[in-house]
Amino acid sequence: MSDKVGMAIAELHSAENDLAAELLHASQRHKADHDIFYLGRDLARWSQEHVRELAAHGKNYGVELDAEPEDDTTLVAMIRQKSSELIGRRHDPALLLLRDLREIHRKAAGVSLDWEILAQTAQALKDDELLSLSMKCHPQTLRQMRWANAMLKSNAAQVMVTP
Amino acid sequence: MGSVDRIAEPWGTRTPYGSGGEWPVRVDTRLDDGLGEADVDRWVQSATILHSNGDGLDIAVKAGRIVGVRGRAVDRVNRGRLGPKDLFGYQANNSPDRLTTPLIRRDGELVETDWETAMTAVAGRTKELLAERGPSAVGFYTTGQLFLEEYYTLALIGHGGIGTNHMDGNTRLCTATAAEALKESFASDGQPGSYTDIDHADVIALYGHNMAETQTVLWTRILDRLAGPNPPQVICVDPRRTPVAAAATVHLAPKPGTNLALVNALLHEIIANDLIDRDYIDRHTVGYDELEKQVADCDPDWAAAVCDVPAGDIRDAARILGQAERLLSTVLQGFYQSHQATAASVQVNNINLVRGMLGKPGCGILQMNGQPTAQNTRECGADGDLPGFRNWANDQHVSDLAKVWNVEPAQIPHYSEPTHLMQMMRYVEDGSIRFLYVSGTNPAVSLPELGRIREILSQERLFLVVQDIFLSETAQLADVVLPAATWGEKTGTFTNADRTVHLSDKAVDPPGQARADLDIFIDYARRLDLKDKDGQPLVKWTDAEGAFEGWKRCSAGRPCDYTGLTYEKLRGGSGIQWPCNDEHPDGTERIYLDGEFWSSPSYCESYGKDLLTGAPLDPVEYKAMNPSGKAVLKAAEYLPPHEPPTPEYPYLLITGRTLYHFHTRTKTGRVPQLQSAAPDVWVEMSALDTEQLGWSEGDRLRVSTPRESVEARLRISSIRPSTLFLPFHYGYWDAADGDHHRAANELTITDWDPASKQPLFKSAAARVERISLGDGPSAAPTTTGSKPFAHGSVPDTRGGAQAMVTEQLAGEESRQ
Repeated sequence: MSDKVGMAIAELHSAENDLAAELLHASQRHKADHDIFYLGRDLARWSQEHVRELAAHGKNYGVELDAEPEDDTTLVAMIRQKSSELIGRRHDPALLLLRDLREIHRKAAGVSLDWEILAQTAQALKDDELLSLSMKCHPQTLRQMRWANAMLKSNAAQVMVTP
Repeated sequence: MGSVDRIAEPWGTRTPYGSGGEWPVRVDTRLDDGLGEADVDRWVQSATILHSNGDGLDIAVKAGRIVGVRGRAVDRVNRGRLGPKDLFGYQANNSPDRLTTPLIRRDGELVETDWETAMTAVAGRTKELLAERGPSAVGFYTTGQLFLEEYYTLALIGHGGIGTNHMDGNTRLCTATAAEALKESFASDGQPGSYTDIDHADVIALYGHNMAETQTVLWTRILDRLAGPNPPQVICVDPRRTPVAAAATVHLAPKPGTNLALVNALLHEIIANDLIDRDYIDRHTVGYDELEKQVADCDPDWAAAVCDVPAGDIRDAARILGQAERLLSTVLQGFYQSHQATAASVQVNNINLVRGMLGKPGCGILQMNGQPTAQNTRECGADGDLPGFRNWANDQHVSDLAKVWNVEPAQIPHYSEPTHLMQMMRYVEDGSIRFLYVSGTNPAVSLPELGRIREILSQERLFLVVQDIFLSETAQLADVVLPAATWGEKTGTFTNADRTVHLSDKAVDPPGQARADLDIFIDYARRLDLKDKDGQPLVKWTDAEGAFEGWKRCSAGRPCDYTGLTYEKLRGGSGIQWPCNDEHPDGTERIYLDGEFWSSPSYCESYGKDLLTGAPLDPVEYKAMNPSGKAVLKAAEYLPPHEPPTPEYPYLLITGRTLYHFHTRTKTGRVPQLQSAAPDVWVEMSALDTEQLGWSEGDRLRVSTPRESVEARLRISSIRPSTLFLPFHYGYWDAADGDHHRAANELTITDWDPASKQPLFKSAAARVERISLGDGPSAAPTTTGSKPFAHGSVPDTRGGAQAMVTEQLAGEESRQ
């Protein structure tokens, strides 16, 4: 049983890392869309915090996880950021923005379900620590998801309708 | 009767009064030199327009020219008083360099043309784009300085006629957070306070609100309370030692960007010491548990470390707030233009709510405005809202508006919130907006990161229309410039920050061919051939009073109900506060009496947003959270600012205004008394910093951020250490040279609050170096927040003979 829980924690640890990376990628790709740039980084921080907490909690179930979130401030990322400033003057990359928001939403939805699984498990196991972790983190995941949805909604018409 | 230098004494003579008393009358009069009241042909009723206070005044006219002003003793807002900008600012109307004919760009140059040619070009380009690219290619950017009738007409043209979602006002830069904070807590715009709360309050807390400079007459009211029996205690939150801070019982000077941490700590203390009104919370609010949880860890020691404010001062302030019997809270740009703007402003609402301090004399909240008619931009839907505080996410509200306008609901874009300005600039940048119609504002100086803005507005593919009274920095970039009439040259109404509606009658004709903004908008609508669904003209009025009557129908039954007002009723007496209708024929001094709000799901203007992400709540979520229309206590966690100081940029830069100027000085810079009081840009630094660096008053400095640099002379003031202040007024129309190193907004960051979308002007990391030694003091005034740290080190700011104003106290004999 604890194997399965450990696996679920590891799974979520990896999914949160992935979501943080996706948010940071979107942030860097869309530097000319300043709210995506700043909010992407702010919201990635939540996932990075979740990664740390999950790594700490994984120990209770015998899983060794890296407490440090994967870093994205590499040279490659810097180059991507520069080029995003240059393409910011063209309209087509806006389609890419919709795709990135869709991807964030999709990944956050996955993370959200993973937190549901952990919360249910914690209740069954009476693991108060894990339950309170889920109750702290899961709402933030839902907010990440709603943000992606809201940004997509406010940009979709302009992106799609104008030639 | 006295004669006072009102540049040297901006707030004039004290008329002390006690708690619950009536503010005494003091009538301020200023006429052109050599003229007496007997020389005036006629007085024409109006109100002030160079700030948001809405003081009633009469315009003096002689031989068809404006020659002076006099405060209206009968008006509830000012009881005869006027501020320096009003007393001298009228002279800008008579400036020789007013725009008097339309201009059009030919071979790269702006040349004079006639109205027919100019309007044909404007309407022609609009029609072309509508045919080729649809309404999403067309955007409107207006102001907080036109009249209600003009905004309402523009909103009808944009939302109901053209069908674009891209319409905003420069209110986005000053009051978007005021509106958003009210929408978050009360689900609707509308000031819960009244200026008369100053007469009753025993504690007045000003959050990021340098009222002494932004609303001088309102501050005069507080000074008169402070000079009288039972004076109120004053709490001031401001990184500078402003005149408000100097008068405060407790002055908290937080590190820029940390307001939310500070206010969360105040709430923590109030809750921890059980100074809350449990009964009010239970009966009239939702969300208390979440708030309590959020601030549980935000004790004063934690906040002291984050904000760099002594924990003891936070405790003292919280005790005074917590023990207040009648608490008035006011908020302005120090919160609205800073990191986590809405979240922090909402916590101020929360302080009044948890203490049950609303809807009673002395108990109010003023989420202040920055401009004279900003409230109307918001009410009329010219700023990213729908008219009449209608909810864009509520289909019933949209249908209702469509009925008022006699158009199909689908004609009014409501698939998302109307586009905010910064997003519109982004759409101009990416080429999806190709027509931008700017009225009464100067984005080429007032928006953040000016290098970017100039590039965006100079694009060949953009057709830029600028409607203004001077050839502003923005007008110089336009394809067509339309010369407008201004205050005193046209009739209309406007509403101040405490819901007081004033009528402003036309006193004189505009110069040359200049026309009222309303007439230009109506002409534009006619040329676009905008029709309602029965094929009748969409805009059904031809003058201001007709537009006002149209607006009354639109406002009927909404919170900002004007149906009980007429031009006739507004003439002669005091301004009147909305809602004014059959139920409240004399207007409404206080709203939210007995915990009754406009927040029921079917009536509210907004379902609110996530304060950190800006994601709107959907109707179902809102209904579940607040089914019975209570106030909403919304909590938020402190996040670090987006541009923290670094070793390369170790200072925090904030920008702001000074008492003697308004915005980009298009008017005040042309007024001798105001211009000579603050003639050029300066930068403020603390004595601690400058002493370490060995710098002196007046030294020439270069301030740089990751974006650009600005040169300014040093004022050593009492600003908090490691912080720089630059006034934002100084652009390029009167600059000595052509380079771009004067406007504060060269330096500011393109970032905005996620909920209110207000740009964060007070949020940049900066470095500063000395270019050369000074040969005298900087041009900063000594009467204001820029007061020198060392007393007597700089000559006092004076206006001299040209700045004398007559003040007549109640009971004194009139001169006539």
